[in-house]
Amino acid sequence: MPNLAPLFLAKSGYRSRRLSDAARLLPVLGLFLLVLPAFWSTPQADGAAQTTTAQVGVYIFAVWAGLIGVAAALSRRLPKRDPTVPAPRDPI
Amino acid sequence: MPFNLLVLFCVTYVLILFAVAFFADRAALRRGDSFLRSPLLYTLSLSIYCTAWTFYGAVGYAARSGLEFLTIYLGPTLVFVGWWWVLRKLVRIGRREGVTSIADLISSRYGKSNGLGILVTLIMVVATTPYIALQLQSVTLSFNVFASDAPQNWALPDRGATAVWVAGGLALFTILFGTRNLDANERHHGIVMAIAVEAVVKLAALLAVGVFVVWGLADGAGDMLARIDASAIAQAPIKMGRWTTLIAVSAFAVLTLPRMFQVLVVENADEDHLARASWAFPAYLFLMSLFILPIAVMGLDRLGTQANPDLYVLTLPLSEGYGWLAMLAFLGGFSSATSMVIVESIALSTMLSNHVIMPLWLKIRPRTEGAGELLAVVLTARRLSIGAVLSLGLAYYRLSGGSAALASIGLIAFAGVAQVLPAVIGGITWRGANKIGAAFGMSLGFAVWAYSLFLPSFGPDAVISAQVLEHGAFGLSWLRPQALFGTQGMDPLVHSVMWSLALNTAAFTIVSIATFPGPVERVQGAAFVNAFDSETRGGGLGWSRGQPEPEALLEMAQRILGQEPALAFFEAETKVQGKAGYLPDPTPDMVANLERRLAGAVGAATAHAMISPLFGQATVTVEDLMAVANETAQIMEYSARLEAQQDQLTRTARQLGEANALLTQLSEQKDAFLSQISHELRTPMTSIRAFSEILAEGDGGGVLPPDMVAKSGRIIHDEAIRLTRLLDDLLDLSVLERGSVQLNLSNVELAVLIDRALAVTQNVRPERDFDILRDPAAEVLHLYTDPDRLVQVLINLLSNARKYCDAGQPRLQIVVKSRSGRATIDVIDNGRGIPKADQAIIFEKFARLTDESRSGGAGLGLAICREVMDRLGGSVTYLPGRKGAAFRITLPLRYVAKPA
Repeated sequence: MPNLAPLFLAKSGYRSRRLSDAARLLPVLGLFLLVLPAFWSTPQADGAAQTTTAQVGVYIFAVWAGLIGVAAALSRRLPKRDPTVPAPRDPI
Repeated sequence: MPFNLLVLFCVTYVLILFAVAFFADRAALRRGDSFLRSPLLYTLSLSIYCTAWTFYGAVGYAARSGLEFLTIYLGPTLVFVGWWWVLRKLVRIGRREGVTSIADLISSRYGKSNGLGILVTLIMVVATTPYIALQLQSVTLSFNVFASDAPQNWALPDRGATAVWVAGGLALFTILFGTRNLDANERHHGIVMAIAVEAVVKLAALLAVGVFVVWGLADGAGDMLARIDASAIAQAPIKMGRWTTLIAVSAFAVLTLPRMFQVLVVENADEDHLARASWAFPAYLFLMSLFILPIAVMGLDRLGTQANPDLYVLTLPLSEGYGWLAMLAFLGGFSSATSMVIVESIALSTMLSNHVIMPLWLKIRPRTEGAGELLAVVLTARRLSIGAVLSLGLAYYRLSGGSAALASIGLIAFAGVAQVLPAVIGGITWRGANKIGAAFGMSLGFAVWAYSLFLPSFGPDAVISAQVLEHGAFGLSWLRPQALFGTQGMDPLVHSVMWSLALNTAAFTIVSIATFPGPVERVQGAAFVNAFDSETRGGGLGWSRGQPEPEALLEMAQRILGQEPALAFFEAETKVQGKAGYLPDPTPDMVANLERRLAGAVGAATAHAMISPLFGQATVTVEDLMAVANETAQIMEYSARLEAQQDQLTRTARQLGEANALLTQLSEQKDAFLSQISHELRTPMTSIRAFSEILAEGDGGGVLPPDMVAKSGRIIHDEAIRLTRLLDDLLDLSVLERGSVQLNLSNVELAVLIDRALAVTQNVRPERDFDILRDPAAEVLHLYTDPDRLVQVLINLLSNARKYCDAGQPRLQIVVKSRSGRATIDVIDNGRGIPKADQAIIFEKFARLTDESRSGGAGLGLAICREVMDRLGGSVTYLPGRKGAAFRITLPLRYVAKPA
């Protein structure tokens, strides 16, 4: 099958594709950052945890807020629904 | 706070909710639902993820296990933040296919199979009924907190009555606003509006309690963090296995919980709302979770562990004397519980009625008369289902009896509903996923989940005996419910999730790969997986065969949608087609739209089953498609056969034409020959008669001179010989053709025969001097054949060459070869050769090409040669492509008589 897609996109099209890549990568990054605390809290030999629960809590909420912020920024710039698609008819 | 005041407060709140739902519904009916379509409303409706289990239970969870409660909110956060992966596609498919529930999605994807719909419905009902019971319990418990005068003594004097009242009220609300109409997209504006209000109330309540705890009871955030580290909670470490498993399970559950699917996909009014929800819903969860840990720490600090940690949200303000705050918290908890129960029972009742009750009803009473009657049936089915779901929840609550069994039910339900996830994700990303695979996967996952997590959760000897728990089913140690295949020492939840999802996915993929999907499945699979590719296509299997009557379609649509909506739908369709009136042409597009509209009411499988009969025999089944395929194959085969026959006919016609031309030519030759032979016969006869007359009469009565007599006698003799030879040839040919010739076989050497033939032909046109080229070595070839006949043929060919070769320097070449038991003798001269047109007839009788150089031949020579060689088991052919005339004699080295 011949490849009909253009090789180079206009700058705006290229940008929106990279943005959707970013949208796909965001949860992967989030998962990594949120699983991280599970490795910290291994109790040390003397019985004391390396990090305190409050610290871990603050870290998690900070990551959480970061994810929300980035998701908000991305969702504004990501392409909306394809305008060529007719809007569904209103229920009667 | 007096209990009566609480009840009054509560009833007022409920009445407000009723009013909100009522006005929202009316507004939607009057002005369309455009003003109800806002991303904010969508996000708030998603908040039913946070149930009473969140509102009360999260604090208890935090008090017991520290930070682990966060996983329940982190999983959904990741799913929403990653909406570009799955949610977007799910919503797109759900909207395009008119999906009414998660069971409908799976049924629709896997070939509109109702069996799968029933299976998913079963899983969902089993997994979420205890969850509903949990909500009823939380409301009952919170009521009892206020009912008791002494805060430390929260006994349950009449927990059954409260639960019954709550369940009854919820059933009434849900039936009133949940089954008001059958919208194409199953949207319930009133309910969405009401749960949005409840979402605000529960968030506000939890935040208020949180702010009170941090800035009222503690000295701000810094102090609070110090208190957290100082409390017993800080001793609870994050356990790797549970931490990751719970993030995963909650991420799965947010996609598959019936109530979440309901608000996420079914109630979705605009795909773009999802973009806003992708961060706003995580933000909601963030706010809900923010103060859980402080409340738990403060609760442990002030109230201790003998008080139920699940109720700290309520009891902490109460014990500090802030009655209004406790009231708000109570309303928050009440909101959480009721909104969950309402949406969950709508979602479950949709599944039950679309996949269980309606197919049964249609089977029992396939034809009901009258417009809108079926609508009534569907609505009744929904109402009964709502009642049934709530009764089940209530019954479970009454039977299970204590909070101990219900405490962990939230996570157990999550793990249960996650069993449909492989089929969902596989269905929208993998075209190879098929019905049998999905059925096997879900059944196995569900069974493993029930065996390893759900049934043991009732405690030893409740459902599964302690014996089995300890030693495994049938005494097989590898079948121990909480140590399957010898995986001991794992957390029971992690253990169950791992095994159920692993076996589920394995069965799903392996069986899918090993089996073959039906045609409807394959079409649906392509439509689901390529949801973003084919924007304009109607999706699903089209209605291209058959033409139902539009009246029949309208009649059926009225039965389900009701008279007015059906008429409006048909009028809109007619307008789209550019016509006036109510009866559009039943184009495939129109019928597909109608099917989707009906699917919104009764589910894809049922809608498909209802439209199919209107197409007469055009119901697209596997058999039909096979029949079409066979028909096509037969037609193709038939036309191929016709083509072959036509080719053959053309060939035969050409051959006949050639034969006819040959016959015509031969006939002309024969005519020419006959006139010629009569001429040939007459010429010698005339000479003979003339000279015999001379001899008889003498020279005018005198005696003839002797030399004259001698001359006349010689002429008569010669002419007689010519006549004899002519007649001999004719005789010879007829003998040969009759096949009655006798062969005199003997061993001879070819060279001798060629010598003889050359010697005999020496005197044919002796004035021409031929160069004879021979290869004596090759001619030393011993043959067992009839030498006289072979010499006859050779003489014929050689004398022909001598007669007709017209080259200035005539040359004659004789080439002998022997190959695989056969000898070939080529006789080649350097004359003009024979024109291509004549090569075909030279072996025919009476053929003579030229009239020049007549030397007594009557055109029979080559015909005789051919017959002779045929008798000798060989052939004589003309060799085209040589410079001059060239003939090839082929004969076996040893003559073998032909079998008769």
